[in-house]
Amino acid sequence: MAQVSIRKVVKAYEGGVQAVKGIDLEIADHEFVVLVGPSGCGKSTTLRMIAGLEEITSGEIAIGGTVVNDIPPRDRDIAMVFQNYALYPHMSVFDNMAFGLTLRKFPKDEIKRRVDNAARILDITPLLDRKPKALSGGQRQRVAMGRAIVRDPKVFLFDEPLSNLDAKLRVQMRTEIKKVHQAVKTTTVYVTHDQVEAMTLADRVVVMNHGVIEQVGPPQELYHRPVTRFVAGFIGSPAMNFIPARVENGSGALRLNLPNGIVLPVPADRTQRYAAAAGKEMIFGIRPEHLTEPKNLDRDNIATFDLTPEVIEPMGMETLVHLWLQGAEVCSRIDPTTPAEPGRPLQVAADLNHMHLIDPQTGRVL
Amino acid sequence: MSASAAANRDLPSIYHKAGSLRAERRWALWSAYISLIFAAIIMLAPPVYMLMTSLKTSAEIADQLNSTPWWVYSPTLENYAALIGNEMFRGFFWNSVKVTVLVVAVTMVISVLAAFALGRMRFWGSQALATGVFLTYLIPDTLLFIPLYQIVGSLGLLNSAWGLVLVYPTLTVPFCTWIMIGYFASIPKELDEAALIDGANWMQMLWKIFIPVALPGIIAATIFAFTVSWAAFVYPTAFITTPEEMPMTIGVVSQLIRGDTFAWGQLMAGALLAALPPVIVYAFLMDYYIAGLTAGATKG
Amino acid sequence: MADGATLAIAQQGAPSGSSLKRFARRRSTIAFVMTLPLLLVIGGLVAWPAGYAIWLSMLNRRMNTFIGLGNFEILLDSETFRMVIFQSVFFAVTAVILKALIGFWLAHMLHHIPTKGQRKWRGMLLVPWVIPPALSTLGWWWMFDPSYSSINWLLNVFAVPSVPWLGEPWWARISVIIVNVWYGAPFFMIMYLAALKSVPEQLYEAAAIDGASSWQRLRYVTLPMMRNIISITVLFSLIVTFANYDIVRVLTNGGPRDLTHVFASYAFQVGILAGNIPRGAAVSLFMFPILAVIAFFVLRGINRRNKEEM
Repeated sequence: MAQVSIRKVVKAYEGGVQAVKGIDLEIADHEFVVLVGPSGCGKSTTLRMIAGLEEITSGEIAIGGTVVNDIPPRDRDIAMVFQNYALYPHMSVFDNMAFGLTLRKFPKDEIKRRVDNAARILDITPLLDRKPKALSGGQRQRVAMGRAIVRDPKVFLFDEPLSNLDAKLRVQMRTEIKKVHQAVKTTTVYVTHDQVEAMTLADRVVVMNHGVIEQVGPPQELYHRPVTRFVAGFIGSPAMNFIPARVENGSGALRLNLPNGIVLPVPADRTQRYAAAAGKEMIFGIRPEHLTEPKNLDRDNIATFDLTPEVIEPMGMETLVHLWLQGAEVCSRIDPTTPAEPGRPLQVAADLNHMHLIDPQTGRVL
Repeated sequence: MSASAAANRDLPSIYHKAGSLRAERRWALWSAYISLIFAAIIMLAPPVYMLMTSLKTSAEIADQLNSTPWWVYSPTLENYAALIGNEMFRGFFWNSVKVTVLVVAVTMVISVLAAFALGRMRFWGSQALATGVFLTYLIPDTLLFIPLYQIVGSLGLLNSAWGLVLVYPTLTVPFCTWIMIGYFASIPKELDEAALIDGANWMQMLWKIFIPVALPGIIAATIFAFTVSWAAFVYPTAFITTPEEMPMTIGVVSQLIRGDTFAWGQLMAGALLAALPPVIVYAFLMDYYIAGLTAGATKG
Repeated sequence: MADGATLAIAQQGAPSGSSLKRFARRRSTIAFVMTLPLLLVIGGLVAWPAGYAIWLSMLNRRMNTFIGLGNFEILLDSETFRMVIFQSVFFAVTAVILKALIGFWLAHMLHHIPTKGQRKWRGMLLVPWVIPPALSTLGWWWMFDPSYSSINWLLNVFAVPSVPWLGEPWWARISVIIVNVWYGAPFFMIMYLAALKSVPEQLYEAAAIDGASSWQRLRYVTLPMMRNIISITVLFSLIVTFANYDIVRVLTNGGPRDLTHVFASYAFQVGILAGNIPRGAAVSLFMFPILAVIAFFVLRGINRRNKEEM
């Protein structure tokens, strides 16, 4: 068990391209941290530097208080689960899981005890004699996790472990990973491009983009209080609506002038916060679930206006409505019982208690 | 309405198309089978004729144009018996076995080690070296045998099977290394990263992961090395002059041909016996054989 | 506790500099040691002899005087050698074209029949490639025998007069080509078949839906997809055929009247049998420029394909 410290870490490739541009991150003991971001954001590189598969250009990484920059992977006491599982195709499931222990010259009965134990946790005991080829994708994933568990390492590293699974299995394995973590409590660093995975698994989510960390925090905090436009847009599905808006000052209260002539009053408790934006072109951000059919109208700060639906997507428990607004694509999440059809104006209500205002110049959320 | 009318109008032509499609398929299948039968007859005629001749007595061979040369009327194994009883011929066989086994072993050790280093360990110049290996493969033995004759001679290995063991690797090593590089490169890189994290060193990684995983490639390369060493002709023809040191190929060609016309039966029997080991390997390991054959070009 | 132990080890390691770098350096050293035997084989048995051949070719017969390009001049002046050049080129080009066409035809036919039967046919058709050529050529030699030829016997059955297979120069040249095509066409077939199988079925389906006839599918889908394999196989085969020795040696041994010699058999004749090592080396070196040109095209093809794959 150990914490992981990443201090001012830079990864530069030949030719000066920087994949990781000096990041700082403290991961506590037992913590489950998910690195998430679009492809090429540096999340995998960061993970591989923790594993020792990539050299660190500058800065340092410490595992359990020991700086590991110069320690080869096998001596870092970490275990890694790969996207394509990387099971040894010629070995049985048992041998795959035992390989790391065998190389470290563990006694036979200790190896057997550990493998059996891991197999029980992962529910793969009947598969121990099979070869990887005879396993389904989900079973291979379990074996890959088993290989990590038996080692009882200081840190688990997961590199997009669920990307090769189909949607249904992915949800199932996600729960499985969470269960395993709750059972063994090993510090875990998990890389994914899927924000849903990140939200569901993480104690803390690290959102990365272009080699820098955009925001670190618990899932709910990232969802409700994103600090940058990138995080606001990346977390949540369907993504937050971004609508160009002009902030205007009118007799002590702020107003937002949206396209189509829509004017929204800024909630009074935010006047202070947005004061500096007065008179400027800003971006108004609101999540689809806060842009719904008229309801809760008796609450404060609910504004209603009409928009014309273009496409309607019934999802079952809710319906997504894509609305037309000049200069922006707007998505609204409405109750499936609300009648809506393309081309016929629909009254929607925006819950401005959950609005965001973004400075388009800096990309920061005010 | 108009849509269904259009569909009706199209119907006859669709049926016509379907009919011609079936006819076209059938015709293609027949022409394929006829071509293949014709090709198979031509491809198999020489070995079959060799087999027939080898089963004939000298008397039948001398008289064959009066009946038909393509049939054996009184089959006999006397040609084979004579060869197997012939000490010199058995000597050819053992020389071939000795040289081939040694060359295959040396080749596989050299090329597996080198291919692993070049394909997976990536060091300075490894890329250029891999290309160099391939270029070496393009240099034929007929360009090298004269200087090698001088070199082998200066080592005192002319007319010795050891000289052959020394030079045959020029025939086998470049291609085997090349196809092993291809096989090793096809193994996902996560596999060695997993092994690295599991704590394997380079030799363990090669021995416990890469060799077992690339086993089909290793079998294919071994078969290649075996067939090439067994069939080698230029080097033994140039370097070996006494029958005691000759391997099969040159032994049969140079020692069994006599002025006496009627030794044909024995000559054919000798050629077939000499060709037998590669043919047996081929018969049992055809898929590996073909994999090795095509790997060289499809990988590169 | 465990942390403390590793910490101590790491601190011991730390002052001696970057051990990960050392790890990388050791990796290079190990890799180099593993490649060393290969380097010895290539350097000692290929590169050095190739250079040595050039030196040898510039010596006189007794190998005690440097005569520069003398051997090459003598060779180019000789009628026989000019014939060798012609015969080598004629032999290699004709044989490779025939092998490529027949191989393509067979591969195509094989690809057309149900997959279940393909293995069996492929197995039969590859037999010529499996038998060591020196030995199968013996069989052909016997089939071409002037007085007992079984091929002539078949021709006579169909009322075609006997052919002087190995006795007359042009027929002897054709005989050598026949044997080489018989031996090599199956190899082309196997290569092309592998290439044909790598063309995704969906491409053909798409082309069929676009209204392409079977000939157009061959022309616009199959051939472009196979272009690289075709060119690499042809270039490879050109090298091997140019350098061929076994078939000529067994079938005609250069005869009649030295008219069927190719570079390899003539080099053998001059260098080993007649004992003029330097001139023999000069003969075989004539292959070098041709091979270099072919090798250049092969490498270019490979590079281009690697780029396409990336």
